[in-house]
Amino acid sequence: MAGREITYTEAAREALTAAMERDPTIFVLGEGIGERGGNFNTTLGLYERFGPRRLRDTPICERGFVGLCAGAAMTGTRPVVDFMFIDFILDAVGELTNQIAKIQYMSSGRLKMPVLLRGCVGIGGGHATHHSGSYYPLFVNVPGFRVVVPTTPHDAKGLMATALRGDDPVLYLEHKSLLNIRGEVPEEDFQIPFGEARVCREGTDLTIVAVGPLVPRSLAAADALDAEGISVEVIDPRTLAPLDLDTILSSLRKTGKLLVADESFGPCGIGAEIGAQVMERGFDDLAAPVRRLNGVHTPTPYSLPLEAAVAPSADQVAAAVRELADE
Amino acid sequence: MTIPQDKLLSLYRTMVRIRRCENQLARSYAAGTITGACHTYVGEEAVATGVCAHLRDDDAVFSTHRGHGHALAKGVPPRELVAELFGRVTGCSGGRGGSMHLFSPEVGMMGTSGIVGPCILQAAGAGYSFQLRETDQVGVAFFGDGAVGNGAFHEGINLATIWDLPVLFVCENNMYATEVAFANSARNTDVAGRAAGYGLHADAVDGNDVVAVYEAAGAAVARAREGGGPSLIECRTYRTRPHAEGMRDGGYRTQEEIDSWKARDPITSFARALLDDGIAIPDELQVIDDEIAVEVQQAVDFATQSPWPDAETVADHVYGTDA
Repeated sequence: MAGREITYTEAAREALTAAMERDPTIFVLGEGIGERGGNFNTTLGLYERFGPRRLRDTPICERGFVGLCAGAAMTGTRPVVDFMFIDFILDAVGELTNQIAKIQYMSSGRLKMPVLLRGCVGIGGGHATHHSGSYYPLFVNVPGFRVVVPTTPHDAKGLMATALRGDDPVLYLEHKSLLNIRGEVPEEDFQIPFGEARVCREGTDLTIVAVGPLVPRSLAAADALDAEGISVEVIDPRTLAPLDLDTILSSLRKTGKLLVADESFGPCGIGAEIGAQVMERGFDDLAAPVRRLNGVHTPTPYSLPLEAAVAPSADQVAAAVRELADE
Repeated sequence: MTIPQDKLLSLYRTMVRIRRCENQLARSYAAGTITGACHTYVGEEAVATGVCAHLRDDDAVFSTHRGHGHALAKGVPPRELVAELFGRVTGCSGGRGGSMHLFSPEVGMMGTSGIVGPCILQAAGAGYSFQLRETDQVGVAFFGDGAVGNGAFHEGINLATIWDLPVLFVCENNMYATEVAFANSARNTDVAGRAAGYGLHADAVDGNDVVAVYEAAGAAVARAREGGGPSLIECRTYRTRPHAEGMRDGGYRTQEEIDSWKARDPITSFARALLDDGIAIPDELQVIDDEIAVEVQQAVDFATQSPWPDAETVADHVYGTDA
């Protein structure tokens, strides 16, 4: 019998609801996350269940309420910041980087900082450049953060549950192209540990490490390439900090070739980091240089033909694989 | 308000403790025992003392770069303060923080900070926690006039006010942000007067008068504990040492100005009032001075004899949960 299918957003909301039932110190702040239920339905129905103190609509002052959440976490509660679009987080980078990420360390572990920071990331739908950012490499670079990029409804629920039980600040990033995809999700509570990649598809000729929406695009490319006789393994790291390099290295031992596909920027990005770590620890297994496929290094334009030219497509993934396979 | 004699003497003791610790830290900085930045609180002791006298260990204080006095008034022992600035493992932050990152959550000292502004937001956050958990705890932010032009002042005060959070915002207006006069940073230098724009209760007091600070803070803390929401107290005061130890102190203020504030020193004026009002005799104050001198010397000895942190622990506590 097939399992129950729900959407990615519903799955994340199910984990949030269960955590809020279990832990009365969890509260959510954001713009329109109260009675309205969130621009992306992230908190739909929760206001009626948990009331205005735990689902608190804010003024538009990201720095202010993120800084407030630092003080709340230091005094025993577990804030969830719902940014709607993650682009708005940039107004709060000082509070995040100088305060939230450092306070556990500066207090020698006596203060805990369980702050969940969630928002919609990525390119698509003609949202233009102030509503299309990702920015996760910034946070992977800073010690203290966990960075989570779920790509399936199942993982959205399990990773949200883990984020709401741990003691660390977590960036939980939901790509706008994934919010309404459906998939099988267990009804019971479950957790997916951070730092455990998922092998989405096994293959023998080449490994793709794909981030966010590049996972479904890489799987589509892999199906097409199968017909051409190229067997592709696709790995979803699921969390970028911590990064499960072991799963990537063991795949590389089998395939010898690695493509990192990521919509976000290339310079100092996830692909650069994975490539460097693979060179340090897996050089002897490389049959060809590591290749990166990133979004174009530009702000995101509005007009649909321009926008489509920014983010890597399944066809571009396939083309990159063919080139790498020939090396 | 009639303040009991033992409370008045306790206020005096705390101010002397801060002054003697600060003078010691200034000497240790000059001797090279303390590195980095060391901002002393000399001249402003009445503010931390008068406010923290109303706080319990489970009330949360969020402080600034000029935070030694807040830490001491909140109950951090001098030896843990001195050891921290000496970089020793016995310091209140285990040697990870130094002057600008003093953490002692056990007594509600939730951090001094090298960044101006965030303490205002964090105190509001503590208030959010206390309101959500339905306790009678209070969050307190100390900040200078330099924070008033920062967005955190506007955002934090607005959030605390609209949500009726149990928070006390204490502005230590010492007239200079580093070496920029407040009058050059604000057309309206009446900080307490700005509160009306937010619908926030506010008082302005003489920040060199510990009794005035004590009385204003007492009313504000009581109101916050009873669910009456936040308050702002502007304490007009002055630092008589340079912005930070080792910095020159000329070009932005006059010696005459410094001397005029030294003549209004909060400790000597309070001592005079205690004697004039018959609250204490000179010998009683001398005993307190002598006891604090011993306490500070013992703190220095403790810090000097304490071990350095183990370099192998450098990456401990970056994360709270293993992954």
